[in-house]
This record gives sequence, structure tokens and C-alpha cells, in this order.
Amino acid sequence: MEITNDLIEHIAHLARLEFNGEENERIKADLENIISFVDQLQKVDTEGLEPLVYMTEEINVLREDTPAVTVTQEEALKNAPNKDSDYFKIPKVLKG
Amino acid sequence: MLNSFASVQEALDSGKSVSDILEHYLLEIEKNKHLNAFLEVFEESARASAKEVDEKRAAGNAGKLAGMVIGIKDNMAYKGHKVSSGSKILEGFESLYTATAVQRLIDEDAIIIGRLNCDEFAMGSSNENSAYGKVLNPNNEKTVPGGSSGGSSAAMAAGLCTATLGSDTGGSIRQPASFTGTVGFKPTYGRISRFGLLAYASSFDQIGTFTSNVEDATLLTSIMAGMDEYDSTLIQEPQKAYSIEAPKEKLKIAYIKDCFNSEGINPIVKAKSEAILEKLKAEGHEVAGVDFPYLDIMVPTYYVLTTAEASSNLSRYDGVHYGYRAQDAEGVEPTYKKSRAEGFGEEVKRRIMLGTFVLSQGYYDAYYTKAQKVRRLIQDKTKEIFKDYDFIISPTTPDVAFEFGANSADPITMYLQDIFTVQANLAGNPAISLPLSEDENGMPFGLHVMGASKDDENLLGFSAYLMNK
Repeated sequence: MEITNDLIEHIAHLARLEFNGEENERIKADLENIISFVDQLQKVDTEGLEPLVYMTEEINVLREDTPAVTVTQEEALKNAPNKDSDYFKIPKVLKG
Repeated sequence: MLNSFASVQEALDSGKSVSDILEHYLLEIEKNKHLNAFLEVFEESARASAKEVDEKRAAGNAGKLAGMVIGIKDNMAYKGHKVSSGSKILEGFESLYTATAVQRLIDEDAIIIGRLNCDEFAMGSSNENSAYGKVLNPNNEKTVPGGSSGGSSAAMAAGLCTATLGSDTGGSIRQPASFTGTVGFKPTYGRISRFGLLAYASSFDQIGTFTSNVEDATLLTSIMAGMDEYDSTLIQEPQKAYSIEAPKEKLKIAYIKDCFNSEGINPIVKAKSEAILEKLKAEGHEVAGVDFPYLDIMVPTYYVLTTAEASSNLSRYDGVHYGYRAQDAEGVEPTYKKSRAEGFGEEVKRRIMLGTFVLSQGYYDAYYTKAQKVRRLIQDKTKEIFKDYDFIISPTTPDVAFEFGANSADPITMYLQDIFTVQANLAGNPAISLPLSEDENGMPFGLHVMGASKDDENLLGFSAYLMNK
């Protein structure tokens, strides 16, 4: 199938990525190639087959729901690129 | 060379301490720095652990792995230590907890010596996709060590640890094991907890080992495997200690005819792998070619499903809670987009894009659901073969290690590296690469043996039989 700039832009937005200039041309060409490669699947007869969704044969593996502090606030904030003592900080959303 | 647990134990018996063993490896790592196998050596914590294990040995209460020094792939969490999955987006990230598999090794007094280079988020077959540079193959430094667990295979081949851990989503343990002449084992899906393994494709990912022999793979797998309340996809049966037993009766061994006739297979790889089959036949085992007409569609199926899972798994890297954040973005959405665009490498972005595409409205059924149905077909046909046969044998890789850059121009030629290994991940079976052959230049390549689902123990027993002949 033909991969248009609009499709790239749409998929990139869904994936929260962006591609500019030369990068955009490259991802377009790569996706076109890879999609035609995976299009080989269409020739396989899968009539009557259920999708294989779970690789485990186990059903309802449950454990007790026991309240516990598994990550403290301090630990959760430890790797944040920007934070204060209590919160993750993000760039300003509203101007002015 | 201290390249097996037996050789370590021999050194301990002759009066060496665990600290001595560790210092030996630290020196070897320093001497082999140019391989770029280690992203970080945990000198301080490893030395402290070695001292503790020596004290336990003196007191007579050391664990089963006392003296074992293990390197872990840079996609496994180890509390208080950095982990980056070979990505710039996780540069500087420090684990808050320890992966179950790693913890169980530590509980038996193994020492974790450092984290090993890998393709970014385990996506690659040559380790050329790491944000932290390529890894050299110790057998021939002009060639790749395989991927994605390239640091793990190189470190093992160069004798920098007693054993290393890797993860295998489509062949990421077995292909590098083939390229470096090491034993690479991927257990049955659900055998070892994935808790603390940085996810690539959750229905494929499996932790496994690089070792110099099957005995060490067996020991480490027995210890790491088994139920874990943090991973509900695990096989719900108590883990027994595996023992290696030679096959008691004559075996039925299948080979997929198309594997040996596939285009691009190196004639020496083909001839030497066939010679092993002939030998098994001569020993009285039944060896038969079987039809499996899905060789061509396995890699496409793998790419649709793994990229879909990856696009979901990697959505957590948003530049807000941890990891890399682009400096100049304004507002939330541009922060996400810019951080991810700058933080992820090219191959990772390519796979996120494909995965997002196959999951998007209008394409979901044609690609994602279709691939899940084909996966069912592949699993059904694989099960069918195992009704009649004990093992399936093929070469691990169509060729020996290739030179840097040789497969970089076209992503698809790189993807086809997985052609013989990916069946085990699609179907969930255990599989191993055994270093049984070399080409005319002395470059190793592996024999690939796949077992029936959950039949890890017999697969290891048969592997030891093949190796020790």
C-alpha cells in the first residue's frame, strides 16, 4: 500500500513521535517496505482459526489483594527529570 | 580460564576466595574494555557481595551459587543500580527494585558484576542499535556479536563472567550464542518471571542464560524459574531442580526440510548441521524431515505482533515520570513528542510506528488480528510435530557472524536473522543454541534444538548429550 504523508503524520501523532524533513522521508520508505513485507500474511488461509491472544495456559492466576507501600513517594520521584518535593513538574501548559 | 561454574568451584577448592574469583573477572573486563560488552561494572557492590559470600563460606552456610559471577543484560532491574535498555531515553535511570530472576540468583549467593550492552530495548540482531556503541565479537573483532543480547554473548565468549543473562523475544539469546560460540538457552514461555525485565513484547519475552556448558544453564534455570506473585503469566507449577539425564531410549528427531533448503544458508552451516543429524541417525535415533510450510511467514507474523506490543509497552517513556526530557518543549504534548523523538533511536521508532499502524483503526483486523490467527496456526502445527517427535533441530543462524554494517541498509535483511529462532517464541517452546560447529576460518555457529512446550528438562538433557559426545 502507498504510505502518504498524512498517514505518517497520523500514526506519528498516535505514537507521540515526530519526524522532520529527511527523517520523514526515511520512515515513509521504511514503513512502505516493512508493510509490504508483512503483507505476506494476507495469503495465509486462517479460516476458522481463533486469534492466539494469551501464551499462558493458566486461567485466573490471582493473589491476595494486600495493601502495601511498594514504592514510596520519594522513590517514585527519584528518577523524574523535573520535580519539586511532592510533584512531577511539567513545562507550563497555560501562558501568561 | 574461569568460564564455567565447575572451574570456579575447582579454584575455590584449591584455596581461592570468592573475592579472588571476582578480582580475576574485574581484571579480564578491564583488559577487554575495547569490546564494549559492559555498559557499567558494579565494582563496589560486587566486591561487597564477594566479601559477604566469603564470610558465609567460612561459616559453612553459603548458597548454591557461591563463586558464580554473573553479568546481566542492561534490561533487567537491579535495585540501586542503573538500567537503560541500551537507550538514551533511560540514561541515568536507577532501578527501584530487583528483577525476580536476578534476585533468585543473588539469594543463592551469585554476584552480579555489571550490566551488559544490548540493542536498544532488545530490538536488533547485531547490537548495532545500542545508544552506547557497538560490541565487538571476541572471535573476530570485525564482526558483530549478534543481538539483541550482544554484550551478554561477547562477555561470555571472552571469559569476563561465569555466566550471563539475556532476554529472547525472537532469537536474542540464541542468535548471539551462535555467533560467539556459547550456549544460549531460552526456556519455555512462562518458565521464568518477567518481573523487572524491561518489556519489549510481553507475549514473547523470556529471560535466559549464556553459559559455556549445558550444566550451568540447567543450574541457573532451575534457580530462576518458577512461580512469582509479580508475574501471573507464569506456569503455575512448583519448580523442581532440573537434573541432566542422557536420553534413556532412542529419540525421534525432526528437522524442517525448508530450513535446510532455505535461500541464503551458508553451505558449510548446512553441511555441518546435516552431519550432526547423520551422526544421530547412525547412533540409532530416528531422524526425519518434516514439512512446515510457514517458514516465510514467521518473521512477518513476529514483526506485526511484537511491534504492536512494543508500541504499547514503550508508551510509558513519556519524558515526565522518568528518563530523558527534551529541554525546549512547551506544553505537555510537545514534551511527549520531542522527548520520545529525541530519546529513542531509529530502529525503536521504526518499530513503534509499525506497531501503532497495525493497531490503528482500519488496519487492526487486517494486520494485528490476522497475525494472531497465523500465530495460532504456527503454534498448532508446531504442537503437531511434537506429537510425533521429541525435538526439532536446525541451524541457529543461516550463517556465521557478519561484519559491522553488512545488514544495516535494509531493516528486512536484518529481520531475517531470526528466521530459524522465531518459531520458538511464536509458539512458546523452549529452545537452545549449542556451539557444535565452526566454519573454515574458525568462526563458530550453533545447532538449534527446540523442545516441546514445558519440556525444558529433557531438552537440556539431550543438549548435554549432544555437547559431551
